[in-house]
Amino acid sequence: MKQHLVIVGLALFCVTQVGADWTQFRGSDANGVSTDALPVKFDISDGTNVAWTVDLPGRGLSGPIVIGDRVYLTASSGFRQDRLHVMCFNVETGAKMWHRQFLATGRTMSHPKMCNATPQPASDGKRIFAFFSSNDLICLDLDGNLQWFRGLTHDFPNASNSLGMASSPVVVGNQVIVQVENASESFATAMDVETGEQTWKIDRPVGNNWTSPTVLSGRTPDEKFVVLQSSENLIGYDPQTGQEVWKHAAECATIPSATVVGDMLFVPSQGLTALRYIPDSDAPEVVWQEQRLGPSTPSPIVYDGRVYTTNRAGVLRAGDATNGEMLWQLRLKGPFSGTPVIADGKMYLFSEKGLAQVVDLTGKKGKLVHSAEFIDKILCTPAVVDGALYVRSDEHLWKISEKK
Amino acid sequence: MKIHCRLLVVCLLGGFSSATFAADVDTLLNDIKSVDQQAQGNRQAQLAIRELLKNDDVSLTTVLDAFSGANPLAVNWLRGAFESLADQRLKATKTLPKKQLEAFVLDTRHDPRARRVAYEWLVKVDNTATSRIIPGMLNDPSVEFRRDAVARLLTQADTLFEDGKKSESQPIYEMALTGARDDDQIKSIVDKLRELGQEVDLPEHFGLLLSWKLIGPFDNSDEAGFDVTYPPETKIDPDGKYPGKDSTEVTWSAYATADDYGIVDLTKAQSAHKGAVTYAYTEFVSDEDQTVELRLGTPNAWKVWVNGELIFGREEYHHGTRLDQYQFPAKLRKGRNDILIKICQNEQKESWAQKWEFQLRVCDSVGTAVLSANRPPRVVPEEAKANAESGDNS
Repeated sequence: MKQHLVIVGLALFCVTQVGADWTQFRGSDANGVSTDALPVKFDISDGTNVAWTVDLPGRGLSGPIVIGDRVYLTASSGFRQDRLHVMCFNVETGAKMWHRQFLATGRTMSHPKMCNATPQPASDGKRIFAFFSSNDLICLDLDGNLQWFRGLTHDFPNASNSLGMASSPVVVGNQVIVQVENASESFATAMDVETGEQTWKIDRPVGNNWTSPTVLSGRTPDEKFVVLQSSENLIGYDPQTGQEVWKHAAECATIPSATVVGDMLFVPSQGLTALRYIPDSDAPEVVWQEQRLGPSTPSPIVYDGRVYTTNRAGVLRAGDATNGEMLWQLRLKGPFSGTPVIADGKMYLFSEKGLAQVVDLTGKKGKLVHSAEFIDKILCTPAVVDGALYVRSDEHLWKISEKK
Repeated sequence: MKIHCRLLVVCLLGGFSSATFAADVDTLLNDIKSVDQQAQGNRQAQLAIRELLKNDDVSLTTVLDAFSGANPLAVNWLRGAFESLADQRLKATKTLPKKQLEAFVLDTRHDPRARRVAYEWLVKVDNTATSRIIPGMLNDPSVEFRRDAVARLLTQADTLFEDGKKSESQPIYEMALTGARDDDQIKSIVDKLRELGQEVDLPEHFGLLLSWKLIGPFDNSDEAGFDVTYPPETKIDPDGKYPGKDSTEVTWSAYATADDYGIVDLTKAQSAHKGAVTYAYTEFVSDEDQTVELRLGTPNAWKVWVNGELIFGREEYHHGTRLDQYQFPAKLRKGRNDILIKICQNEQKESWAQKWEFQLRVCDSVGTAVLSANRPPRVVPEEAKANAESGDNS
């Protein structure tokens, strides 16, 4: 057991993202961690370390993604939230490169806090997959040319949620996979990235679920599992066939998503449960469970051997990622909806009320080192690329970086 | 993979003349319009868009013309093609064909969604277009144009109202109401008109159905009643008596709501039953055979039938409700039409899970009320209260 924990621990110390893109919810590796150093101090009121700000044409909880020298973002607008926007901005200047608009084909009603542009877009580096609460999935090339359009509620009319849908897509190889779970017609489906044609579609538990799929690597880099959680269980599927490969048979949360680091999964379940993928086994191993580390809306994030969660009261908690031991907690000003990001040992959190808070994680305990009012409501998960943080509200997209 | 033969020919020709290409634009647009559910036609449409984008001679309004008759998926494909083409032109020439776009916007024979796209690209190159076009859009087939026109009138009227020129503001509010279809704008207008002493029949403006026959409660313990075919689903018998929940006998009774938004609150019309199903029935007399939109709002699970045909149903409880929460087309025949709704209440105990209600309106695709020829006069609240007490709600 001790040897096993040492191996797990080593993996947990090597989880930062490398590379210049941020291709999906919580980044290209879906762990929300970057090695990039960001400015610790920034202030939108006087422009300190704000490289640019752009006005947005609609609301959104969806975070930005960054491919090369461009930032891509979705929004929704209109009295019925039925106008779907996909936009592209230059990372250096914030200049709008293109802006495409579509009309929702599915239901657009949601809880007032949410809106149609809640799921975060994803990319395979060649295409943008913009997904909306109305279950419209739009594939554009990087220059904004439509590649295909799917209306999943148009196809499956009872796939909707009057509170809104939030699950973001993932791309695995040549498949874009979405999880559409609600009180009525629930399913997950994989579509060919080039054509949007269905590769597989499986029934999923009936019940509200706002979590996003994530990806776990198996024994080889080519062996992948798409991991879906629900109030019934957490299952690893073959992304090419939709076949169930392994299952953790326990109730999981339906708002915060699981975080994968190496062969470990940190699952919002029984508080927080750490699982270890076991090759050729039909169930992952339960490494530890800690009730006090249970997250509220933001997903857990792992960095430098520690796992971090935030609760409803706005308390940031740190635990030992190898054994779940509680290490420290820090009361912040919440509530939080967006999952925080960690860059160069500092956590960047944005409260729903628009208060940015930076917490230094490099000491024995976390230390709040900066706060900044953004005034707007912020519910997105930011992106970190090349020394810059991109964050959006319903009205604005900001680039936070040291001006060059 | 099946690649359409005619498209393959187009692809292979590559360097054909623009004249030849023009003849094929219709083919390419038809290929795009052929997309349908579950990715049918996606490959063909994708190739067609790529071909369209290669040619500088494709008329923007030709692409917009293709919106007519297109399904909602195809409209988005066409919109994507148009915006790429328009963006290319705008970046290359710094302008767009203003006259053609404006003529397209003003011609109401074109698809309203296409006209709106034309307008939004026109204003990118002509900042005078809005003031020229929007005032004439109050009764446009496009909801978005109407909204802009109503907003303009609301601004005018509100300015007069706030300046103390209330009598001058009244006709402008009244004019705005004729075009308004969105609830937020309607509410703003009606509030002001009522403040000015005007009577407004809000349910009639929306086309909300107010008079119903109710029967229930039937059993919905463990939410099982949603799938149970109780007698009203097979036959509407005004004299029918059936065993209901907890061995009670249930019969039809008339109920008219006085609510401004046509909400039938079953916890008041009947009782705050839990684990219960109630059916609501009404007759709608249509002047002609027509397709209408039924727009339902309810926080409960529901099914709707028109003339015995199940239109749609959804098993979702207590996820909020609002006007026009669900919209679905329905065919009405000339004369009497039977509309039946099943409203299911579950057994959740939370305070936010106690609503058991619905509102239903009949309108066209823009949201303009379609009224029944036998629409009864509205029951005012006092009468409704008295009727409820006497048991006579007809």
